[in-house]
Amino acid sequence: MFDADRLIARHCCEGRSLLAVLHAIQDEAGFIPPEVVTPLARAMNLSRAEVHGVLTYYHHFRTSAPPRVGVALCRAESCRSMGTEALAAHIEARTGCRFDAKHADGTNHGHTAEGAPVELESVYCLGQCALSPAMTINGTLHAKVTPAKFDALFEAACTQAGIEPAHKESV
Amino acid sequence: MNSQAGTPPSAVRIFVPRDSSALALGADALAAAIEAEAARRGVAIELVRNGSRGLLWLEPLVEVQTSAGRVGYGNVEAADVAALFDAGWLDGGGSTHARAVGLVEEIPYLKRQQRLTFARLGLADPLSIDDYLAHEGLVGLKAALAMDGDAAVEALIESGLRGRGGAAFPAGIKWRTVRAAQAAQKYIVCNADEGDSGTFSDRLSMEGDPYGLIEGMIIAGVVTGATRGYIYVRSEYPHAIAMLNAAIERAREAGWLGASVLGSGHAFELEVAKGAGSYVCGEETALLESLEGKRGIVRAKPPVPALAGLYGQPTVINNVITLATVPVIFARGAAYYRDFGMGRSRGTLPFQLAGNILRGGLVELAFGVTLRELIDEYGGGTASGRPARAVQVGGPLGTYLPESQWDIPLDYEAYAAVGAVVGHGGLVVHDDTSNLAELAQYAMHFCAIESCGKCTPCRIGSTRGVEVIQRIRNGDTSDKQVQLLRDLCDTMVSGSLCAMGGMTPYPVRSALDHFPEDFGLRAEPKAAAA
Repeated sequence: MFDADRLIARHCCEGRSLLAVLHAIQDEAGFIPPEVVTPLARAMNLSRAEVHGVLTYYHHFRTSAPPRVGVALCRAESCRSMGTEALAAHIEARTGCRFDAKHADGTNHGHTAEGAPVELESVYCLGQCALSPAMTINGTLHAKVTPAKFDALFEAACTQAGIEPAHKESV
Repeated sequence: MNSQAGTPPSAVRIFVPRDSSALALGADALAAAIEAEAARRGVAIELVRNGSRGLLWLEPLVEVQTSAGRVGYGNVEAADVAALFDAGWLDGGGSTHARAVGLVEEIPYLKRQQRLTFARLGLADPLSIDDYLAHEGLVGLKAALAMDGDAAVEALIESGLRGRGGAAFPAGIKWRTVRAAQAAQKYIVCNADEGDSGTFSDRLSMEGDPYGLIEGMIIAGVVTGATRGYIYVRSEYPHAIAMLNAAIERAREAGWLGASVLGSGHAFELEVAKGAGSYVCGEETALLESLEGKRGIVRAKPPVPALAGLYGQPTVINNVITLATVPVIFARGAAYYRDFGMGRSRGTLPFQLAGNILRGGLVELAFGVTLRELIDEYGGGTASGRPARAVQVGGPLGTYLPESQWDIPLDYEAYAAVGAVVGHGGLVVHDDTSNLAELAQYAMHFCAIESCGKCTPCRIGSTRGVEVIQRIRNGDTSDKQVQLLRDLCDTMVSGSLCAMGGMTPYPVRSALDHFPEDFGLRAEPKAAAA
């Protein structure tokens, strides 16, 4: 478990911008626990609204615990030209999860102590546009992803995370 | 195993890139496999983790140093390693292996390029200071230090270098403004928020030649009197961030940074700031807000950042490629650089071949090359093998060009004349299975996701745009709907504060004009000519 005061004391230092402090907290805790907002605002001499505003403006920051297996698939033009939409459909069928569900159902605003087993996220450009489609699994970058390559990587990630990859026969 | 007892054979140098493209295709496992296989056979090798050559379709591209030059092996997998040793690749004997691509310097894709900004790309370990100095490193900085500041600014203006991020504003004019401004603190900010799909030249520069960017920023600081610099890198580029941090640390130890740059008396400090996944932060004023730790909301201009930028102080804000090009201009002279290119587009542009393309990668050439040359002669056509149909140039806010426009020279003014933009030099190829109505709708959708929300045409217009295009795609192809979409595009172009809302209509209109059939519309002769 995290300790909000200790996180703030460790990462909130002179000359560091709010963005940099949020990065440091998320790098350590895996997300920005909502109970950090009030003490962080106080420590940085900002309003809670300012901290909340920055926290929710940027896609990178999350306020719920990270998933055991997180997939971020690029959905931008270059990857689209190489079939990322069909790949996305395959990934949803394979995992039994929906892309960007955490935005759609609002769970990102709640606080769960434990992350979802699997989370799918759309991202827009990983800078591998000559080798599309690209994605990350738990932060590790992969290029020229095919459905078969995804399945192998996903299973390996699930094994490493100690979860059972959900099997959906609707593929 | 007895090589240690006798005279050790000279170690053969093997290059395995550490660029994130190579890593994304298993380069780390490959490097480990090569070392293990060499150890198992008792042969001495020197493994160098170089940057990418930019020939990305060949990644991981392994190179073996031979007496004739560096011999390449493309798309190598760990499973190939034993066979490559068997084929005698250490002694230049692997040329018949299926992965062999010959002498890398002789590959036409690379040999025909005009690499100025990327002259060092992939030659060595990006963090090696010795290698950097051996390849023209610091020559530009030393020349700039020996010049009067005003003369240095004039030299940059004379070189014709324009902002490579997309806006193409003359870099020297910006520098002159900052130099002339009176302030206790001035800043150099590098825009490394390369969010455009189809672009990766900033990333290759940061990962493959970080000292080039650092040197360019130091020159900017010395010339304009700025003593602090920031490189704002998007969070999606963790490898670039790590590379820059390591390079900055070494540059500081070497005395390039700090209280007295190379003992010149000029102070310059540099640090990396990490973005947080906001596309609009690639817009310079939103980037400055973000760098200050706030939401990345666009500022109204004027005042321009050159007068009131970071924390309200005079600030040079340039893209990675702009700054990374500065050293070669000072090293070889403004005239040398200016003599490349055409019209008012001087020098070279690192084009990025992306999307559905057989040979994707970085192609640095003088302005004036055509899309057709890039796609056919360099890119080798589509990856799918189907006919190419549309090419989006300049990122998500760039125009879709149909084949009839592929012979226009890539030049800022020639592109502007047809309502297109060269932008950051990225081109995304789509084959004949693409649906431009779907891509137009995606352009509006992306704008809705990424709009900072400050101005109404962008914030509301993007969502309305998604809806109107959906209605047209659903079959309501009445003139009324099409007119509504065109009116909306006009409002966004004219009424938005920045390029996010102001240019999202570019891909939409070009899709509508050149590919009306994808919307279920009949081609109109008038529209086709627009």
